[in-house]
Amino acid sequence: MFYRESGDFSTTYPQDSQTFPIRFDRYRYYAVLAVAFLVIPFIINDYWANAVFVPFLIYAIAAIGLNILTGYCGQVSLGTGAFMAVGAYSCYKLMTAFPEISIVIHVILSGGITAAVVTLFGLPSLRIKGFYLAVATLAAQFFLVWLFNKVGWFYNYSASGQISAPERSVFGIIVTGPNTEAWAKYMICLIFVTLCALIARNLTRGSVGRRWMAIRDMDIAAEIIGVNPMGAKLTAFMVSGFFVGIAGALFFSVYLGAAEVGESFGIDKSFLVLFMIIIGGLGSIFGSFAGAAFMVLLPVFLKNVFVGGLGWPTDLAAHLQFIVSGGLIIMFLIMEPHGLAQLWRLAKEKLRLWPFPH
Amino acid sequence: MKLLTMATAAIVAASPVMADLVFPSLSYRTGPFASGGIPFADGYADYFTLLNERDGGIGGVEARLIECETGYNTEKGVECYEATKGEGALVYQPLSTGITYQLIPRASADGIPIHSMGYGRTSAADGTTFPWVFNYPGTYWDAASIMVNHALDEEGGSLDGKKITLLFHNSAYGKEPIRTLEALSKKHGFDLNLLPVDSPGQEQKSQWLQVRRDKPDYIFFWGWGVMNQVAIQEAANIRYPMEKFIGVWWSGAEPDVIPAGDGADGYKSTNFTGTGTDFPLFADIQEYVVDAGLAAGDGQSLGQVQYNRGLFAAMLAAEAVKVAQELHGVTEIDAAMMRDGMEALSITEADYSSLGLPGFAPEINITCENHSGPGMAFVQQWDAASQQWKPVTDYMTSDRETIQPLIKADAAAFATENGITPSCS
Amino acid sequence: MPEQFLFATEVVLNGLMAGVLYALVALGFVLIYKASGIFNYAQGVMALFAALTLVGIMDGQVPFSHLINAIFGTEIHHFGWHVPALLAILLTIGVMVVLAWAVQRFIFRHLVNQEPILLFMATIGLAYFLEGVGDLMWGSDIKKLDVGLPQGINDWIDVTTFEAFGYGFFIDNLDISATIVAIILVGALIAFSQYTKQGRALRAVADDHQAALSVGISLNFIWILVWSIAGFVALVAGIMWGAKSGVQFSLSLIALKALPVLMLGGFTSIPGAIVGGLIIGVGEKLFEFLIGPMVGGATENWFAYVLALIFLVFRPQGLFGEKIIERV
Repeated sequence: MFYRESGDFSTTYPQDSQTFPIRFDRYRYYAVLAVAFLVIPFIINDYWANAVFVPFLIYAIAAIGLNILTGYCGQVSLGTGAFMAVGAYSCYKLMTAFPEISIVIHVILSGGITAAVVTLFGLPSLRIKGFYLAVATLAAQFFLVWLFNKVGWFYNYSASGQISAPERSVFGIIVTGPNTEAWAKYMICLIFVTLCALIARNLTRGSVGRRWMAIRDMDIAAEIIGVNPMGAKLTAFMVSGFFVGIAGALFFSVYLGAAEVGESFGIDKSFLVLFMIIIGGLGSIFGSFAGAAFMVLLPVFLKNVFVGGLGWPTDLAAHLQFIVSGGLIIMFLIMEPHGLAQLWRLAKEKLRLWPFPH
Repeated sequence: MKLLTMATAAIVAASPVMADLVFPSLSYRTGPFASGGIPFADGYADYFTLLNERDGGIGGVEARLIECETGYNTEKGVECYEATKGEGALVYQPLSTGITYQLIPRASADGIPIHSMGYGRTSAADGTTFPWVFNYPGTYWDAASIMVNHALDEEGGSLDGKKITLLFHNSAYGKEPIRTLEALSKKHGFDLNLLPVDSPGQEQKSQWLQVRRDKPDYIFFWGWGVMNQVAIQEAANIRYPMEKFIGVWWSGAEPDVIPAGDGADGYKSTNFTGTGTDFPLFADIQEYVVDAGLAAGDGQSLGQVQYNRGLFAAMLAAEAVKVAQELHGVTEIDAAMMRDGMEALSITEADYSSLGLPGFAPEINITCENHSGPGMAFVQQWDAASQQWKPVTDYMTSDRETIQPLIKADAAAFATENGITPSCS
Repeated sequence: MPEQFLFATEVVLNGLMAGVLYALVALGFVLIYKASGIFNYAQGVMALFAALTLVGIMDGQVPFSHLINAIFGTEIHHFGWHVPALLAILLTIGVMVVLAWAVQRFIFRHLVNQEPILLFMATIGLAYFLEGVGDLMWGSDIKKLDVGLPQGINDWIDVTTFEAFGYGFFIDNLDISATIVAIILVGALIAFSQYTKQGRALRAVADDHQAALSVGISLNFIWILVWSIAGFVALVAGIMWGAKSGVQFSLSLIALKALPVLMLGGFTSIPGAIVGGLIIGVGEKLFEFLIGPMVGGATENWFAYVLALIFLVFRPQGLFGEKIIERV
């Protein structure tokens, strides 16, 4: 009833191949965008921005990046944390070296630099496959963290090796540094997320995306039908690196404001983002969002229930939080191995026929 | 039904009618550093409980502690900060170098003071650049200098040609003392050798084999978490003379030495609070807090290094509240008044005695130019037989002449980078 | 002999010892991967959990005392007895067997035939879960583990080598005992898999699930068995590492030390885990000794991975792994 396709005819090819071919879907998508752009900025406060929305949006970009690599191209990476660090440190160096250039350009350039670095670390993927590759990307993780910690040039030789984001503004609105308004932080992340998601969506349903998926499904067969595995794998690493780099740059400059590589971009980050795409759904842009929302909201929600709602001691709550998140992850994998995106697809199928299923 | 009462207490506390003094406690009772975080958080909580139970709060206003678990994780720390700042938080004790660096700009913008007691950003000692950040009673650079002074005393006044190794946690925290030690090595003519250990530091064989080859005259140690236990164990394994092995104040608590058993005997560390329970105040804590069943922990950690340090942090906060109440003539102070109180804080030996803590810590006198207080600490030594830390020196001063220019330089760099004009308000 | 050479020899010897400790952790991974194709990230947390349980039983701690006290307002912490080490180890093995059963019954039975990456993620979920349970059961403070293993420099080696070369080598007694235990463990594992019925069944399952099923081997039983053995290996690794650092959260991070060993040796080979462990141990110690001072030290964390990566480029299935055959 709500989800009707009758009377929804495509009369041209562009209409047929648009992202949301069903009218209801399209309107829902516009509605979400409208709420995100026109409602939330006016009601957001510091807590919601810093604890929920900004990390959610930034992780969504990182998850899209990793999803392109892992979900679409089938190359498992455990180096996301360090690749985000590449974005963060390039952004820091650019921000301090060229203070007169807009932060937006710095963030995009950081994405580019990260893309180059990630492509370099993607080279072994031409020889190594599966879990061996996953563990091999850990080499990148540990080496890059060590490098950023060791070489003083990366952190401008500050006494402790911390980097901190100076104040920068876009069109006169401060977007980094401590004086940033909650809505400004939120908006800049939202704009980046929207653009990244658009680019990713259109890449993945075009010929590039089809090549990635062919490699994912069976690389030898793909090679036989004329997909160049080197080109496909390396472009996946590059595009993925670009998104992850943007996420890292925003994570440092807009969200954290100050960062230390070992603590902010450690191996936990890599696992966290991998969790997001698996819980959300491999090979789905929507899944990246759903997974990021789930992994960001879950701890905040559990903490507020246990400590705020039930008034339990914080250490008990923290232990229970581990148990519950671990349990939920396992439960999710058992109940729906293809993630939240699959649940969403099933829900749509059901809604199509509702209220008159066969 | 303790949980039920706690739940009701939480609901009562949540109702806004009650005026109170809010102290967030960003504790870490889980994760890799829990062994240090638990006693500290207990001490911090127990002191406020004591004040409420015994004196009815501070100046008649009840203190309310909001505990928030960070697990030593920066992002959780930010979440905790955002969640608690709206409650009228008076002062933050971030308890991790990473979270401190996060909160310095945020809290300065929001106008809430930070007390990073003996950790965090050293150059925050310069109150003209960092008006909202305090790190009394001392900084890492003080600690490094005090260690050098202790070595000087042991060697009869000269370290010329001696070899000193700095074994440090390869992170912001561990890298802090390098600058000072480099300056001091020029001044006193000792060779400084840097030995980093990557986090977490479970495997330190390479480093200790190197120590065994080089035979440094002293090892200064900046470790944290599992790195402490392993380093002390390895030092015992290679039979390094433990009295030459000196840790900073975060590497010298009971959980660090107990796993190594007798091997840890003689290990030294700096400290700025008294250890043990031989202070009159502990009788009150036992009576009003532990025996009344209100203790944050199981009551076993009383007198431990980290517990006493947490207690000291709470005491300093409470004293600053008293000063602020006096300055502004109101009992329900806000964060800005709290800052004024912290900046005018002065605790003399007589004050310590009247608080029931005679000789517990060095005298403190804070001014706008000096947010790090006296920079004094003493050296303590572990006695494995009695399972106690024994002080081996009196409170010693650091070489502020050498440190002060370094602090000025670092603060000035921060000021230019962030467009701050240093001044005293 | 020149001094540098002596130093290097000492470093190599210690690297070999460290390699044994890495191999101990890696063994647990290999066992499970071979039998069920699951890359068990929770192996490190299992070591932590086993060590926590061992200490808890030895000290007579009341499990979940913190939770019980919070709910019922009681003040119980200890039973007030001390269990001898050997009995405690046996009890802990019992706990690990129950854990193995639960893991199989509640998690992996429902995930049969899923993609490897999902199984991998499930083990990470299991790691979180176990971490929380371990903390909740026994508390998150650091505990001293003492099962009577000798620790510290071995005097005999020190004195003998000093007399022979003029420089006393440092070898830790704990490392020597770890090596002995590892040899016994591997010997027992080999004997078990060669000469017992269950062991042969285990090898059959590792070779081919369907063929094993068709000759009447219970996959379920074998998987519980292999998780129990992995739990036992985790306990041994937990004892060895826990003796060095005390039992605490960081113990779970030893899994990260085992991953490069696995890559290098191959996920499916027990000799691979041992040889890989030794190569990584020696390699990272030597690199830290020779190159470390030039680049500022603390290279061990990444060097192991880079070394393994270099090996992999030439042998994508690890040194001893089964050759990957791909068909369209």
